[in-house]
Amino acid sequence: MTLTPKTNPKPKVAVYKFSSCDGCQLSILNLEDELLDLASAVDIAYFLEATRTVKPGPYDVGIVEGSVTTPHEAERIKEVRAECKFLVSLGTCATAGGIQALRNFARADEYARAVYAHPEFLQYLETSTPISAHIPVDLEIWGCPVNKGTVVEVLAALLQNRRPNFPPSPVCLECKRRGVVCVVVALGIPCLGPAVHGGCGALCPANGRGCYGCFGPSSAGNFSALIASMMPHDRYPNETANLLRSFSSHAPAFRAAADAALKAASGREAK
Amino acid sequence: MTTTLINTSAHSAGYTDKLLLPHWAEIVKIIPEIEGVTTFQLKFTDPEVENRYRFEPGQFNMLYVPGYGEAAISMSSDLETANGLLVHTIRHIGNVTRGTSRLKVGDVVGIRGPFGTSWPLDAIEGLDVVIACGGIGLPPLRGAIYRIIRNRDKYGKVTLLYGARTPKDLIYPTEYETWQKAGIDMQVTVDRGDETWTGRVGVVPMWFYHFRVDPHKTAVLTCGPEIMMRFVIYEALARRIPSDHIYISLERNMKCGQGACGHCQQGPYFICKDGPVFPFSALENIFNVEEY
Amino acid sequence: MTDKSLTIGSTVALPKPELDLLMADLRKNGFQTVGPHLQDESIVYTKIDGLKDLPRGILSEQNPASYRMIQTGKDRYFDFIPGGQSWKQFLFPPRHTLFTAVKDGKWLLKENDEPTPRYALIGVRACELAAIHIQDRVFLREDFSDPIYRLRREGLFILAVNCLDPDATCFCVSMGTGPRLAAGFDLCVTELDEVFLVEVGSELGRSLLADRTYDLPSAFVQNTANQALERAAESMVRTMDTSDLPGLLTGQLEAERWTEVGKRCLSCANCTLVCPTCFCWDATDQVDILGKSTRRERVWDSCFNPHYSYVVGGNTRPNIRSRYRQWLTHKLGAWKGQFDVLGCVGCGRCITWCPAGIDLTEEVAAIRAEVKA
Repeated sequence: MTLTPKTNPKPKVAVYKFSSCDGCQLSILNLEDELLDLASAVDIAYFLEATRTVKPGPYDVGIVEGSVTTPHEAERIKEVRAECKFLVSLGTCATAGGIQALRNFARADEYARAVYAHPEFLQYLETSTPISAHIPVDLEIWGCPVNKGTVVEVLAALLQNRRPNFPPSPVCLECKRRGVVCVVVALGIPCLGPAVHGGCGALCPANGRGCYGCFGPSSAGNFSALIASMMPHDRYPNETANLLRSFSSHAPAFRAAADAALKAASGREAK
Repeated sequence: MTTTLINTSAHSAGYTDKLLLPHWAEIVKIIPEIEGVTTFQLKFTDPEVENRYRFEPGQFNMLYVPGYGEAAISMSSDLETANGLLVHTIRHIGNVTRGTSRLKVGDVVGIRGPFGTSWPLDAIEGLDVVIACGGIGLPPLRGAIYRIIRNRDKYGKVTLLYGARTPKDLIYPTEYETWQKAGIDMQVTVDRGDETWTGRVGVVPMWFYHFRVDPHKTAVLTCGPEIMMRFVIYEALARRIPSDHIYISLERNMKCGQGACGHCQQGPYFICKDGPVFPFSALENIFNVEEY
Repeated sequence: MTDKSLTIGSTVALPKPELDLLMADLRKNGFQTVGPHLQDESIVYTKIDGLKDLPRGILSEQNPASYRMIQTGKDRYFDFIPGGQSWKQFLFPPRHTLFTAVKDGKWLLKENDEPTPRYALIGVRACELAAIHIQDRVFLREDFSDPIYRLRREGLFILAVNCLDPDATCFCVSMGTGPRLAAGFDLCVTELDEVFLVEVGSELGRSLLADRTYDLPSAFVQNTANQALERAAESMVRTMDTSDLPGLLTGQLEAERWTEVGKRCLSCANCTLVCPTCFCWDATDQVDILGKSTRRERVWDSCFNPHYSYVVGGNTRPNIRSRYRQWLTHKLGAWKGQFDVLGCVGCGRCITWCPAGIDLTEEVAAIRAEVKA
């Protein structure tokens, strides 16, 4: 991807919202120190969370927050792809379906009946799916919410035509570089950190809780070893499986690992 | 293990005592070679550094592009030919080397080096020399070729066996005639010819197989894709060329160049300081261990 | 008692509160006193101001993948066995800015000119001191000397502590590094219930101690300490057969066990990061959004990191099996050839802090068994 600065001095950036809490868009707005530099480097052409002013496409970079949960969104995402040269999915809703993908393990209509007085007016899909399930995505930024530093790094890398600097190391490396005490070993708390992509700066373990994988599965994670290591620490039934089935539940590696954990647990019960 | 490694004494202080602190060098000339490969001629901005800097063919520099990081890049010339400049032929394929593709004359890059061992050009004097290389494996050997040509009478028969995928992928094609005239038997081969190609077709090890060599007085220098080197070594050993007369240049992930960061550690070696050029006798126990 | 009789090698009985004053003296002399502190249900090494910050009446219980604190209520400060942190974080910082490059027309380098901290390490165990000596060989070589490490190391003050209660994951006796300290410290403490027995190891240690109030140790006190030290060595249950470890491991690169341990290993890098001798690092650029300024930083890295061995075209160690094999054959094998010492001191951190509970002593035993079979 090249944002050729000569022909287009300020690349046009669009930020879209799909099914999400807006937290990742807020992470962009929270870039207080960098926002002025960012505005001088790119033309923020479409960002309804920030401004009602909309400049027409096509856009050089599209940033999509949220997952696809309605028939309307399934159509709209195709239009988004068509008007963006380079498409980034932002945050765990966009990269793995988000917390709302819990519906994928249940029946969406039962939820709808439980929550809404008139569910017949709702139009929704049975599943919450990541953006990449619908259209080709050029880059994924994981996190619930994303680390704002990562957003800067991705935009800077696009502007400078280089590979973003976020190595695929596990959360454990960030814990140890910070001097955080391992919650698994010292506290007996299950933690997905060993198989989760770093980038959060070990936020949860630094606050005494296990990682629930909002930055998604590490490409190099050993998931069978992970569930074998963490399940003995479960403080309530299926804690490890539930961690895997939380914010990044639709990520294929987590889905398979959660299934394996539940199977192992039921096998143990049967004995 | 009691294998003798190459001892390169040319480790002159182009690098500083300050950890990973590069010296700036300005790009004075950019020569496009083939698609995706460029030669940069660089000059240190600090004359004192330039005067101090010495290297041997086969050694490498850590080249720093601000914001992108560092990459280990072999010397693509020798001290005499380069005439005070640093010459690096770079394939723009990784993050850092792609960063270099947008640099212009007058831009600066950071240089730390020279690091590692060199081609053993003194030790192989008196021998026939087969230089077997492929693709981007020729630039690290060009300095050795220059050196051999300058001291041509010190070596026996010298053959350069160079292969690339297609004729368009051959690097430094304009120099082949000069080298041939200077007494190097040029054997150039491509994996796939095109309508203009009348030369050899086939991979480097295959042509090596067809050569007559005198195993008692032949040295092999090889650099290129590891799979190619594997078969070159196989052919050379099958011809009973002793393993300490086969020299190989290895590529590994490197961050420091000084055997300190750990990345290129393999078996008993740090490839960056005990290599990159090894006599194969030093690698016999580890070279064929998968993923070691 | 006067200080005239105090020489290097002398041992005195120091009332415990006197250590507070000694640490204060160190700070007056420009040292930062760093030592063990109870935090997050574990022992960490951090800035301490005196005895009040030490883990008083705390014992640890370690097992593979488990570290638990036990309160004893005793008036003792060094009963615990160290946690996941090691002193390497002070000599080889996990993050260190190397330089900043700023583009102002041309690129300009700005070196990191932060002053080097001068540390006094309080409570260094024998295995930990051995680990520092191993890292000395890695970082302070004839052909390469790491300036970040060197400056910190040169200014170091070491107050060592003899280990009296080894844990279940300790095996320093097998590695010949402990539990008793021999040399290489400024002061060495053996803690008894009532008093610290302090041995002088350097001139700086002597002069600091000379300013304190102490007694000559009674024969009874010395006897008690010696017996405790002997008991400590005898009580160590874990062992590793170190006979020709380099030959064993480098000769068994295709052992079945590598495949087996590769299935259990998380490749999470914890073993390497808690290891007091592991020294791998990476250097990365942090660039501002306009590309005008970049900060180059050295950070701890690990051979278990998936991109550690990346070269164009792929990873030379794509499988966990080969990464574990790399780590163990280096630490207990190739290390010897490179640095004339094994890379393991028997502290047991990699056993305790491996979330999967992988125990290198078991892995070595299994590989040995494979050879015999």
